[in-house]
Order: sequence, then structure tokens, then C-alpha cells
Amino acid sequence: MTGAYSERFWPSLRAAFCLAIVVFLIAPMVIVAIVSLSSAPFLTFPPPGLSLQWYRKLSGSSVWLDAIATSASIMLPSAAVATAAGTAAAVGLARARIPGAGLIASLIMAPMIVPVIITAAAMLGAFRAWGLQGTRVGLILAHTTLAIPYVVFTVLAAMRLVDDRLESAALTLGATRWRAFWRITFPLILPAVLSGLLFAMVISFDELVVSIFLSSPTVRPVTVQMWSDVRGDVDPTIAAIGTLLLVFSVSALLLETALNRQRARPLVAEAAATGPEATR
Amino acid sequence: MRMGLLQLNSVSKIFDTITAVDRISFALAEGEFLSLLGPSGSGKTTTLQMIAGLTHPSSGEILLAGRPIGPLPPYKRDIGMVFQNYALFPHLTVARNIAFPLEMRRMRRAEIARRVAAVLKLVDLSGFEGRYPQQLSGGQQQRVALARAIVFEPKLLLMDEPLGALDKKLREQMQLEIKHLHKRLGVSIVYVTHDQDEALVMSDRIGVFNQGRLEQIGTVEELYEQPTTRFVAEFVGETNVIRGEVRDGANGCCILETAEGPLRGRARQAVTTGSAALISVRPERLRLAAGQPARSDGDGIQGHICEVIYMGRLRKYVLDTAGGQKLIVARQVAGVEANSFAVGDAVVATFQPEDAVVLQDAHEHGDK
Amino acid sequence: MNDRSDLGAWLVLPAVLIVGVLFAYPVSWLLAKSVTEPVVGLQNFKQLIEAPVYLKALWNTIVVSGSVTLLCVLLGYPLAYTMAHAGERLRRLLIFVVLIPFWSSILVRTFAWMVLLQQKGLINKTLIDYLGLIDQPLTLIYNRTGVLIGMSHILLPFMVLPLYSVLTRIEPSLAQAAASLGAPPHRNFLRIYLPLSLPGLVAGGVLVFVIGLGYYITPALLGGPGDTMIAQLIEMQIADFGNWGLAGALAVILLLGTTMTFLFVSRSLLGVR
Repeated sequence: MTGAYSERFWPSLRAAFCLAIVVFLIAPMVIVAIVSLSSAPFLTFPPPGLSLQWYRKLSGSSVWLDAIATSASIMLPSAAVATAAGTAAAVGLARARIPGAGLIASLIMAPMIVPVIITAAAMLGAFRAWGLQGTRVGLILAHTTLAIPYVVFTVLAAMRLVDDRLESAALTLGATRWRAFWRITFPLILPAVLSGLLFAMVISFDELVVSIFLSSPTVRPVTVQMWSDVRGDVDPTIAAIGTLLLVFSVSALLLETALNRQRARPLVAEAAATGPEATR
Repeated sequence: MRMGLLQLNSVSKIFDTITAVDRISFALAEGEFLSLLGPSGSGKTTTLQMIAGLTHPSSGEILLAGRPIGPLPPYKRDIGMVFQNYALFPHLTVARNIAFPLEMRRMRRAEIARRVAAVLKLVDLSGFEGRYPQQLSGGQQQRVALARAIVFEPKLLLMDEPLGALDKKLREQMQLEIKHLHKRLGVSIVYVTHDQDEALVMSDRIGVFNQGRLEQIGTVEELYEQPTTRFVAEFVGETNVIRGEVRDGANGCCILETAEGPLRGRARQAVTTGSAALISVRPERLRLAAGQPARSDGDGIQGHICEVIYMGRLRKYVLDTAGGQKLIVARQVAGVEANSFAVGDAVVATFQPEDAVVLQDAHEHGDK
Repeated sequence: MNDRSDLGAWLVLPAVLIVGVLFAYPVSWLLAKSVTEPVVGLQNFKQLIEAPVYLKALWNTIVVSGSVTLLCVLLGYPLAYTMAHAGERLRRLLIFVVLIPFWSSILVRTFAWMVLLQQKGLINKTLIDYLGLIDQPLTLIYNRTGVLIGMSHILLPFMVLPLYSVLTRIEPSLAQAAASLGAPPHRNFLRIYLPLSLPGLVAGGVLVFVIGLGYYITPALLGGPGDTMIAQLIEMQIADFGNWGLAGALAVILLLGTTMTFLFVSRSLLGVR
């Protein structure tokens, strides 16, 4: 615990234990990546040999390429709208006088807290009535709704760190409220906004449960396609697509980490603690 | 050397490339109040942590009552410690905080209750048993920390700048309270502080730290009247330091050739003629007289008053000397000041040679 | 603090509209179905309570979620502790490692476990071929074990991160003070450190439990018929039977369970002092 007087035993045991847990956390995903390079059409590990055949199969499969295109075409608009609406809401909640601010904040955060299965079932019912079930627009709207709480959480935390006296100083120096915000506050919260954008993108691309309910044979994101394949005959193509998804996620995380190098550690832990794969 | 309660023999602590503590040796007698005084980062807190067992010395040994305590972990050393931020357990009440060391020693519940009540009375916090640390003021928290550290009647108490977070009045009050507690309990105390007034008020002896080294250790009077290095002279109390060259250094009385002319002072160590040295005179040992064009007999420094600072008990004069440096003279304000000077007056500052100390001009202690 | 302006109030409007129309309204509609479909009344709830298959699923859900929470505490505490006491670089590395599974798709992670836990999967292979510990492969999938392993893996970061957050705020001088007062390491931990880490444990535990209650993907892929959880029931009622009333009732119960857990915990945390 402190100084040189802790025995050697407990720290070594703890180190070994932690190593095991770290392996527990990472190994499964590494294994998927390795299986995706298997030369055999089975999910055996270790694979008998290495081959890129499954990735070639992916790149030649119209089913999968369509799925990827669908996912991308849903992710981009939903992430953009979620980031815009979420950032605006966070700024409003942090700075403006809003009656019932607490309730409004709870409402906006609700999709993060309510179990996704409920959200999925509810959206199915409502969207069906509105003719949005099985449409791309429907999926975009759904993903946007799911992503907004994460953006708000991240940006709000950043807003609270920025001293509003900075804006006051800008005002005394001749800036209007609007300019003070854009020139002073916004640059300071920009990393958080970009984090939120990345969150929103990963949420959308990896989203499964709501998408199952809202997709159709013609509008089918990657995850839903995986879902239907994984319960049938499985071959390493699934591992390949899974690996691609993993690469996407880890890249986003790396980007987010690089963005936040300046920020305090507890803030990263808290902001990320409501990451994209929350209530599912 | 007499075996006291605590003894440090050439203790050092090295972190990677930084020597935080450099061969410190001192002894603490039973019942003595020793302050470790020095600027931030001078190694005092690290030394304290080594005594407590929270850090391991890189070399040297520490003896408690004659026995080396190196192998003993902190929870077996029976030494009380008051931390800078008090380190009160936030999830325990005041009573449970204080009872904690007694519980660790498996004392009976009734006995624990009795002792906790007694020590709370001692620090004047009876009635606060059920409160939590967060509910207390800074001064109250400090007293709980103190109570907790003495309730198990340790022979040695370590205190790491415990009054740093308090405001001036409260600090002065607490200094006296701690001093009285010390007399009452007869416990030995090692007290770390960077505030020299605090050390002067409370200590039997003071050890002055600078950059990991113990420059001098002695009573308050010894440090004040006979500093052995420039650092000690300037850190303990205020002083004027004038550079010069030794012209004549025979049995303790020394003449230095300086920019102000020849000045005399006492030297504790032998000095070689021609070597560079410093002379240190305290502001209150200087007397002012109206300036005369001719050099007066004896040790005098000529100059002009450039600033007068009225401080209630004292009046401080800042002089621009003929030799081109600033001199500070402090005179007591006694009723109607017959002899007060104004800015611009030409004056001579004189002092007795016994009131001036000659020090080595070692370059590490050079410009502060 | 500045005066807050009135002008910015409209900033929340887009988010409120989106969440209100696309989420709050549909969810309320679904919950209302529980007492309006097929006729107005509590018959759906009656059905849930009376049929053993539903009660079993509800019970399963609580037991599985609770077990996963326990597992995450056991696995997560040492990890969070190490992170909190590690040097700068190790700490950042561990945080990154903990965040990776966090950001990756649940489906892919669950699929990974499908690969590992199957009869000819790595785990069985290691035990049989490499280590020679057993002869017959263990059934680790399509049963409770698989669900527990998979869910613990996915939910572990939810325990570690809040716990880590609290642990880093515990002052090191407290443990030092306790040592100076005579506490040996194990008593130091039990009397001082552990109680102070409790809020983090509770926060993480609640998070894991509540998220686990509503889980769908992992139990569906790794569990057996006897491990059905509420979320799967909801899906079945809608997809297979079109029984929106029953689905709504299940949703009400799930939501109640989630809310009550939150309230219970925050009440008891606030109540102590």
C-alpha cells in the first residue's frame, strides 16, 4: 500500500490477477480477428492456416456490401444530427435559464437509461403506425434518438468545466453573447463535441436491437445481417465482418483518446463510462 | 554522543536522480521539541516520513531508544503522526477516528471510551464525539488529528506542517496550544515547518534544512546569534549580508575589506586571509546617526535613506549605501521618537563587532 | 456565476422534440398497452403472475443479473485498484484496455465467446488437448455458464470505471495515517480503504445490475431455453405472437425493476449520513 513495507506477495498476486483479467477482456476479440484469417471454413481456433479468403468473400458479396453501405448511410446523418441537437441542448442546459431544466435533462437522458429492448419494441409499434418501419429514414431517426443522450452527457460535462467568467470577460471586452460563445467557449468544448460525434457514430454503426425491429429485407444494416447469420450456419465470414467492426470501434476510440489527451483523467473515465454500448 | 530517544545517522533518500535527503544526522532527547525548518522541497517532510516508516531510507540508519527501527513497518513503530491535511477518516465520527489506534491495539471498549473522552477534553473538543470531520472547521479538524495521534501515548510525535491551512490568528493560537500540550504530556516532538516564526515560538531546538542538507541544528538563540552559513543567517530572522575579503582573521575577530570600508565581526570557524567572506548583521543591531562627511571611527556604513516603513512596533529603514547595496535597519518605535529619520537623509549605520557574524562565502550558498 | 440568459432556452428544443416524439411517446404508448390491450384491465399482469413460465423468466433475469454483478465485483475490484495505484503510463494503458470492449459491438463480443466456448472451442481445446485436465469437453455454451461468462465480460467495464473514479479520489494520506496509528495492512484495507471505496462499488454494481436486467443479445446467443430473460420474452411476444399487451406488461415490469433499483440504492446511500 505505501512505502517499502508492503510484502512482495500481495502486489505480485494482484499483478498476475490483473493480467488475467486484461487477457479476459481483450482475448476474445483478438481471437475473432485471428479466426477471420482462417484458411478453414470452420470457426476453429487456432486456425489450420491463414488466408484472406473471407475478406475477399466479403468484398465480393453484394449482400454484405449493401449492408455496409446501408450502415454508413444511416450512421452519418444520425451522428451529425445527434451531435448538433445534443450540443445545442447541452449548451442550453449549462448556460440558459430553462424552466424545469431538471425534468428536461431527465427526458433527454432517458434513452440511455431505459433498457433498449423497451425502446426497440416501442419504436416498432410507433414507427409501424407512421409508416417508418423498414425504411432508412426510420433507422436514421431511431439512431439519432439513441445517440443524443451520450452527446449531451459529454458536452455538458465539458461545459461545466469551462468557467463562464471567460464569457463575461469577453463581454466586457466588447463581444456580443453570440460571438463570446463561438470564439471563447466553443473552441474549449470542441474536443468534447468531437468525442460526442465519435460516440454517436459508433453507437449507430454497432447498434443492433432497435435495428432488428426496424429493419427490413431491403434496408438492413451490417449488424442485423450478422445477427441473422450468426444463428444459422456460421463460417469465418462473420468473423471477418466482426473484425472490421472491431477495427472501426478501436479506431474511433484511439481518435477519441488522442483528442482528450489534455483532459483530466476522471473526466475521461466518466464521460466514456456512458459509452456507445450501454443499455442493451 | 548521548543516546537520546531518536537518532538519525547519516540518513539519505535518493529518488532516481534527485537526492531529497543528504546524509542527515541528529539526535532528539526525551521530551524535546525539535523543529525541522526549511523552504518547500528541502527534504524535511521526506525525513519525517522515513522516521515514521512510510518511506525507506536509501542509506543510513534510524534508531529509536537505541534500537534500529529500519525493519519495523509503520504500524509497529508506535509513533504518532499529524499529517499536513490532517488525514481524518471521513467515514468515521470524531470519536471513532480517535478510537482507531486504540482499537488497533485491541484495547477494551470501556478503556477506549475513557481515553477518547479524556483526550477530547485535553484538546477542548468535548461534545464533538458524534460529529464527522467534514462538519468541523479547520482548527477543529487539526485538534482532532492531534488528539488521535496522542491518544495512544506515543513517546514520539511527528507533525508535518499541521498549521499550514489555518489563517494567521488561528495559527498563532494553535502554536501556543501545541506548545502547552507538549509541556503537559512530556512527549518528544519533531515538527516540520517552513515558517520560521512558528519554529522560533515553539521549539527547544531547530534544524535548518536546505536542499536536502541539514545546515545547522541548535537552540533558537544559537541559530539566531551564531549562524554558521549564509542560508541559516538569512532564513532564520532577517539579516543584512555584505560581501568582502578577509584582511585580518585572528582568534575569532575578523576584519573584512568591503565596499563599505573595513568592517569587523566574529568568526566561528577559522578564516584565511585573502579569502572571500560575508558579514551578517541583523537589522535591529544597527544604529543610525545623522551622516557626516568624514568616516566615523569604528564600523560604520554610510548611505541615504530611500524608504521608511512603519510597522507599529518597529520602524524599518531601507538605506542605499555608499558601496552600492541596500541595507535594512530596524529601530523600535518608543513613544515620541527623538531620533527618527526621513527619506533622503544622509545617515551612518553603525554596529558592534560582537553583533556581526563572519561567514564563508561558499558559492552554493551564494546568490539566493 | 453569470446570470443565466433567457434566450438560450430554445437551444434544447431540437433534442427535446426528437426524444419526446421518437422515444417518450412510443414508450408511453407501449407501457399503456399493458393495460389497454386486448381489453382495458390488468389481465396481462394477471397472466404474467399466474403462468410459471413468465415467473421463471423474471426470476432468471434477477438471478443472472445478480450473479453477473457479483462476478464483476470480484473481477473488477482488483483491476480498478491496480489502475488507481499504477504509474501514469500503466494507468493510461489499462484505461484504454478497459475502454476497448466498451466501444466494440456487443454482438461481435458475444460472437467471440461463441467461438471460444463451443465444444471444439479454444477453452475446451486447452483443457483437453493442451493441459490434459479433463477428457470430455465441458458444455460452456447454450447454458447459464455461457451467459454468465459473456455478460460478465461485456459488463465488466461498467463496474471498473465508476469504481476507479472513486478509488482515485481516496487520499493516500488516509492509509498512511492508519498505518502510523498501528493498523497492519489487512486491517488498514478493511477498516479504511474498503469503506471509502464503497460508493464506487455501489455505483458500479447498480449499473451492471440494471443494464444486465434488460439484456437481450448475449442471453439470446449464449443461453439455453432455461435461461430466458425478460428482454427475450418481450421480443417473443411481439415478433412471434403479436401480443402487444403482454409485451407492454413485461416492459412495465422491467422498467419498474430498473427504477426501483436506482431509487432503493440512492435512498440507502443518502440515508446513512
